[in-house]
Amino acid sequence: MARIIVVTSGKGGVGKTTTSAAMAMGLALKGHRTAVIDFDVGLRNLDLIMGCERRVVYDFVNVINGESTLNQALIKDKRCDKLFILPASQTRDKESLTVEGVGKVLEDLSKDFEFIVCDSPAGIERGATLAMYYADDAIVVTNPEVSSVRDSDRMLGILASKSRRAEQGEEPIKEYLLLTRYSPERVKLGEMLSVEDVQDILSLHLLGVIPESKAVLNASNSGVPVILDEKSDAGQAFSDVVRRYLGEHVTHRFIDVEKKSIFGRLFGG
Amino acid sequence: MPASHSESAEFVNAFEIKSGAVNLPVLKLLSVDMEYVSSQLWQKIRQAPEFFRNAPMAIDIHSLVDADVDIDFVGLVRAMRDCGLIPVGLCGGAERQNQAAQAAAGLSVISLARHELPPPASAPKPKAAPPPAEVHTKIVEQPVRSGQRIYVAGGDLVVMSQVSAGAEIMADGNIHVYGTLRGRALAGVQGNLGCRIFCHDLQAELVSIGGHYKISENIDDSLRGVPVQIYLQDQSLIIQRI
Repeated sequence: MARIIVVTSGKGGVGKTTTSAAMAMGLALKGHRTAVIDFDVGLRNLDLIMGCERRVVYDFVNVINGESTLNQALIKDKRCDKLFILPASQTRDKESLTVEGVGKVLEDLSKDFEFIVCDSPAGIERGATLAMYYADDAIVVTNPEVSSVRDSDRMLGILASKSRRAEQGEEPIKEYLLLTRYSPERVKLGEMLSVEDVQDILSLHLLGVIPESKAVLNASNSGVPVILDEKSDAGQAFSDVVRRYLGEHVTHRFIDVEKKSIFGRLFGG
Repeated sequence: MPASHSESAEFVNAFEIKSGAVNLPVLKLLSVDMEYVSSQLWQKIRQAPEFFRNAPMAIDIHSLVDADVDIDFVGLVRAMRDCGLIPVGLCGGAERQNQAAQAAAGLSVISLARHELPPPASAPKPKAAPPPAEVHTKIVEQPVRSGQRIYVAGGDLVVMSQVSAGAEIMADGNIHVYGTLRGRALAGVQGNLGCRIFCHDLQAELVSIGGHYKISENIDDSLRGVPVQIYLQDQSLIIQRI
């Protein structure tokens, strides 16, 4: 039975698609068959971030409507043969998604895959609620900024009440906090919320902190999930996140201001 | 994808009928003088009109001294609707009254999960509101997240974690928050002015007891971030450190 992970946030533009792409690639590189699905019908961009926008023939809505088979719609990633992408439709809208349709697709995917990453759209409407309905784990992506924290809090309330697990009284969805676009310098200056400030309000298990990084924009533009940019801070942070998700104990990096001293540079900085 | 997918697309459940439990505020009728009821109702609702707007409310006629009396249900429903309430049903009535309510005012007959013992038909009872035979307390252990609403009818609410900004917690009785209270807390919503709110860390957006409320801006800074109790004294809200 596959583990279904939803990457959600409430607020838009915080890094859900970036995270979905990086997580899915990371899990696949570790040898797990992984599928990543774009739930943002009408505003699809997972295919751009994954670099497969020129190979999209059929999409998620085609599969739900029976217009194509799942195998026809899934796109195999060129860099890792264990990673598959199910793109969203660009011409339809969220009304085309149904609870049963989504459920059937996830059930079929579960037969072949170990992890299914669901890239949720922003908001709390149908696309977002369907993306999280069948989830086992939820990664709540949050920027260290007041409106993002408030929206993530709202999304947590919805996860706790409107998911299938909640409706059927099963064990609740496991929630993780992923803090993105973190700048330790600004936190030190008191301009930005710190990890502790965010945890004070959200009280969630911290999966990781991704620093603000130029590498993310470069990665999106070139259609390469940022986790593959191993030299970048964001790429390394995402690698840590995947390891932590799989159960390894990894110390949190990129939270404190880097001290660049001459001794550090001489003796192995 | 197997061909059976198109067959399964033909039959899809349009709905499911399930049993659910709801918490409803209840209007316990103590007088059948509809004009008097109407004017008092209007006074009460005026104290917190937003709170009562479109609120579903059941009508309980158990406490009426004369169990056989004729009640102007049409007038009562009209009075409630004028205040913005949505009357959903009648409980505690005799067969004759239930039928009258259904026929004249389209009210359904519902049964309350908890009931006080019916007063003896012969002995006259004092008009003061009878204390509830059972008081139940709801204990919430998970954080109350933004956008969530919790209402405890006929009892107290205890929250063992934080209440986020944008969340609303309400109770007919007292409210205890053993964590940070950042949202709105309304105690004694049915008009019990003796109720109190207790919390470990007051950062609330709004606190209210029996309709008397105070918003965050009007709460003194020295009372933020510390354990407090909030109660009503002579119609004004007192916030006191504990």
